[in-house]
Amino acid sequence: MAQVAWNKLVSQPASRWTAADGPHADVALSSRIRLARNVEGLPFPQRMTEAQASALIRQVEQGVREINLMGLSSKVELYSLADVPALERQVLVDKHLISPQQAQAASGRAVAVSEDESVSIMVNEEDHLRIQSLASGLQLDAAWRTANLVDDALEQRITYAFDAQLGYLTACPTNVGTGLRASVMMHLPGLVLTQQAGQLFHTLSQVGLAVRGLYGEGTEATGHIFQISNQTTIGKTEEEIIEHLTGVVQRVIDAEKQARDHLYQEMKVQLEDRIGRSYGILANARILSSEEAMKLLSDVRLGIALGLLSQPTLRTLNELMVAMQPAFLQKAAGKELTPLERDVRRAALIRSHLRV
Amino acid sequence: MQCENCGQRPATIHQQLIINGQKRESHLCEVCAREKGQLSWAMSPHFSFPNLSIQQLLASLLGQEPAPGQLLPRGSEEPRCSKCGTTYSQFSESGWLGCAHCYTEMQPYLVPLIRRIHGTANHTGKAPLRTGGVLRKQRDLESLRRQLQEAVKAERYEEAARLRDAIRALEGGQQAGGGAGGME
Repeated sequence: MAQVAWNKLVSQPASRWTAADGPHADVALSSRIRLARNVEGLPFPQRMTEAQASALIRQVEQGVREINLMGLSSKVELYSLADVPALERQVLVDKHLISPQQAQAASGRAVAVSEDESVSIMVNEEDHLRIQSLASGLQLDAAWRTANLVDDALEQRITYAFDAQLGYLTACPTNVGTGLRASVMMHLPGLVLTQQAGQLFHTLSQVGLAVRGLYGEGTEATGHIFQISNQTTIGKTEEEIIEHLTGVVQRVIDAEKQARDHLYQEMKVQLEDRIGRSYGILANARILSSEEAMKLLSDVRLGIALGLLSQPTLRTLNELMVAMQPAFLQKAAGKELTPLERDVRRAALIRSHLRV
Repeated sequence: MQCENCGQRPATIHQQLIINGQKRESHLCEVCAREKGQLSWAMSPHFSFPNLSIQQLLASLLGQEPAPGQLLPRGSEEPRCSKCGTTYSQFSESGWLGCAHCYTEMQPYLVPLIRRIHGTANHTGKAPLRTGGVLRKQRDLESLRRQLQEAVKAERYEEAARLRDAIRALEGGQQAGGGAGGME
């Protein structure tokens, strides 16, 4: 049973968020809520013994049973990462289900994931528990409701480290208080192409929000994809943090749509040319690096949103974005691949989804 | 000025980007700019973010704090958690505390740091169910009172009346809850 779910997890790019059926999914790809939690009386993961780490994993296993009793739409299963090959751990990183740090040192670590991947719990990463909930489009409130329920269910089996003044206690004081990180993954080609992105991001940083690339801290924003998230975690309620971020993201969506309209009206031929060329390369290339593919897929995504292209669907584009990652390609091939072999397989994969 | 990519032709496409307050410039010739897809769009296709880790951030913040030793009476030792043994300098190097108890023992140093990072050190959000929900109600009350003040200030009287009723209802419930559930 668990093996079947696991095989699906590490071999299929589709999940709940890739369905692209959430509100504003043409600009906001996905919404994520993460809650950092620690267990009272236990050293933080950096200082845990292996016995303590294993004991906590068993405790979380009990907690997962409680989660499954609360009637989520799909079943949560716990997997020990120590038993998982490095390549499959990397696939989970590609899917944003675990962090690169969690994938590196697998011993004493585990992850619990729901079948549709909308809920995941990292065990013994920087904090004892990192509860994550992921939804399509701009749906931070829905993602928060789910994460909040999962948190309540786990609390039936686990006593959290909590202080009346400081809130939930975390290994790093940057997460203390709510332990909440809310983020929205956004596709913003219009703002970048009309040169408004720099100014916008500067403004966001002044209202307490952070902007990052696709794979989190320190990564590049390939394919015009950005993550916008809250920076402070204490002093506001969870609802206030989410309301604030949702409000700002809503305005970014409006600005992005205006920029797209402007480009469409003022530079329609250039826009069609660019999108057409990108589509042409993707539909015909035999070698595609990850960076080039992301860049070209960004144009195609824009073309779909503006109605300049009729296919593929946003869902297919989301799935391609996952399936074209190095670990995913190697998992699909069933072996390690050289960079060139990966680029060849990436091109073939994308070609198979685009009609010439 | 020569093109920063090829170093051969003169740079004719100049751009300045400001991301998270960090200025970044690019100077390219027409050929390289076209290759990078920047010409007709006059914009870099991707940004590079300053690679600022939490640890670096903390270290820079801690740099502004007086060293723990300076705050202590002479001869006393560096703060060290009696439960897990983590010292304050270990924390300032790694960015990680050793256990929840560190927050208690290093509180005089951590609370100012948390204020500096987040602007406040008072949690107003969710509390564990085991606290009996009393704490949670206090938080809700504080939040409602804040909203009430804002509503009154903005002369949104209908909303203010609704908030006042909500506060009254919650206060009533809290007294009853406090009586039945004991102290938090």
